[in-house]
Amino acid sequence: MEEWEEPGPEVVKRFMYVNRRAPYGTIYALECLEVVLVAAAFDQDVSVVFMDDGVCQLKKNQDTTGIGMKNFSKTYGALDDYDVEKVYVEKESLDARGLSADHLVIPVEVMAANDLREIMAQQDVVISS
Amino acid sequence: MKFGILVNEGPFTHQASDSAYRFAEAVLARGHEIYRVFFYNDGVYNSNRLSEPQTDDRNLVALWSKLGTEHGIDLVVCVAAALRRGIKDEVLEEGFRISGLGQLVEAGIQADRLVVFGD
Repeated sequence: MEEWEEPGPEVVKRFMYVNRRAPYGTIYALECLEVVLVAAAFDQDVSVVFMDDGVCQLKKNQDTTGIGMKNFSKTYGALDDYDVEKVYVEKESLDARGLSADHLVIPVEVMAANDLREIMAQQDVVISS
Repeated sequence: MKFGILVNEGPFTHQASDSAYRFAEAVLARGHEIYRVFFYNDGVYNSNRLSEPQTDDRNLVALWSKLGTEHGIDLVVCVAAALRRGIKDEVLEEGFRISGLGQLVEAGIQADRLVVFGD
């Protein structure tokens, strides 16, 4: 077993976390958010993407009382506290669902799929869920 | 090349863990290195030694354990994901260890490639 190695400060990689699923119904959205908040502490270049049904994770005014799940949408506000500033939302996914940046719980950068693709290609690590 | 592997599904509902295991075998067969296998989401169920598949089925818990112990591969189960699914040291198969999400990020930093297996 290898012991924990503190990464040297010179190692900075580009990590992108891609959220593609609705906030409830499966646990992927919640557990991806948990990864991002931990990853933010590692002084890496972190970005978070919301696309497909994943854009619904950021929808304002979520009410989960009817399904008995914890409404964790407010936790996305912590991204800013953790200095995760690169939050990208795919424009086509918003459009397809009748949403705009005004409907979201945090400020984001709305980006066309083509531009997002370029940024994705520049990443060292892409974790999608 | 040094690989990190992320397994996000359990051994039965999805094929992701099978694919990851076969990928790991292929990586080693080609003489590459596996820095760490990290188990997240339902992937933590791959470490449950209480799992008893039917005898004519493959046993991924045993296969991962054997791969880990024979090749000295670090098999890390996420503590947060494990606790909510009842995976604790008491039920942990040999060769696995429970640790934090930082181990996933660190694998991403240290490995040349982090390959994700999920649904």
